[in-house]
Amino acid sequence: MRKRIPVIENILSANDQLARENRKKLDQAGVFSLNFMASPGAGKTSLIEHIIKGLSGKVRLAVIDGDVATSIDADRAQAAGAVAVQINTGGECHLDAVMISGALPQLDLTQIDLLIVENVGNLICPSSFQLGTHKSVLIASIPEGDDKPYKYPAMYRGVEALVINKIDLLPYIPFDMEYFRRGVEVLNPGLITFPLSCQTGEGIEDWIAWVASQVNISTYQFEH
Amino acid sequence: MHELSVTENLLELALKHAEPTQANRITDLYLVIGQLSSIVDDSVQFYWDFVSKDTLAEGARLHFKRIPTELLCLDCNKSYLPGEEQLSCPYCDGIRVKILAGNEFRLEAIEIEN
Repeated sequence: MRKRIPVIENILSANDQLARENRKKLDQAGVFSLNFMASPGAGKTSLIEHIIKGLSGKVRLAVIDGDVATSIDADRAQAAGAVAVQINTGGECHLDAVMISGALPQLDLTQIDLLIVENVGNLICPSSFQLGTHKSVLIASIPEGDDKPYKYPAMYRGVEALVINKIDLLPYIPFDMEYFRRGVEVLNPGLITFPLSCQTGEGIEDWIAWVASQVNISTYQFEH
Repeated sequence: MHELSVTENLLELALKHAEPTQANRITDLYLVIGQLSSIVDDSVQFYWDFVSKDTLAEGARLHFKRIPTELLCLDCNKSYLPGEEQLSCPYCDGIRVKILAGNEFRLEAIEIEN
């Protein structure tokens, strides 16, 4: 006998459930967490290095680095002074809640205030997989071009902050900021945006102050 | 590779719902996929044949229902289907919008034999 069984369940509901468990673990330990997403080469790791230096001595920071291969990024985060765990996804184009769940026990969460998860460089897949992190940040960069919000709408919709890196290259590259921002505004109205350059340091201060404010350090003052 | 993990999740979900029905076989899966969820039907189908092997769902047919993106303009209160580069409202050029449809990514139903 043939029978139709209604399901009506999100296909990634198992991942979402595990993401909620990850969040619970982080909340219980008092860890605030950010998920960094970007295309390869946008500057995720450089930005993390700036945060590690800028918040050194004020915030206890750990990084979970996701890459298809190598531990280059975790090594860089470690060299900058953070506790770092590398996840090699072995071909997978994104991190998912299962991988984060496997990485969390490698960290002493009671000794961490801020956990940054550096997702695999990719503007498509990471946006579909919840990890359990508190907020997501997208790092765009000038050389990628001003049409990216239009081409990767899901990525731009699902984030709570946007960094526009490499603004020092604006004089050399045709990038219509108005067109870019208009695309962002439709997808994610009022999104907080940080134009900056990891290379020259321009705009970094505001960005680090935002990160710090998210970790809720009321006494925090950025040192010039 | 994205579709592989999606397909594995899909199989798990279908098996979970088939189990309490004592099904001998899952014959059909009905999926609802919004345009915004960046999933390629052919690719899911390709992986499906591999991941469903030796399970209750081996050989099951996948039916994809595609939902186009529909936005509601919060300025003039009209709904519209956005173009590729024309995300703003075609009536008033407003850019404050709400997504009415296009985010769907679910398994609607399965068909079983028992």
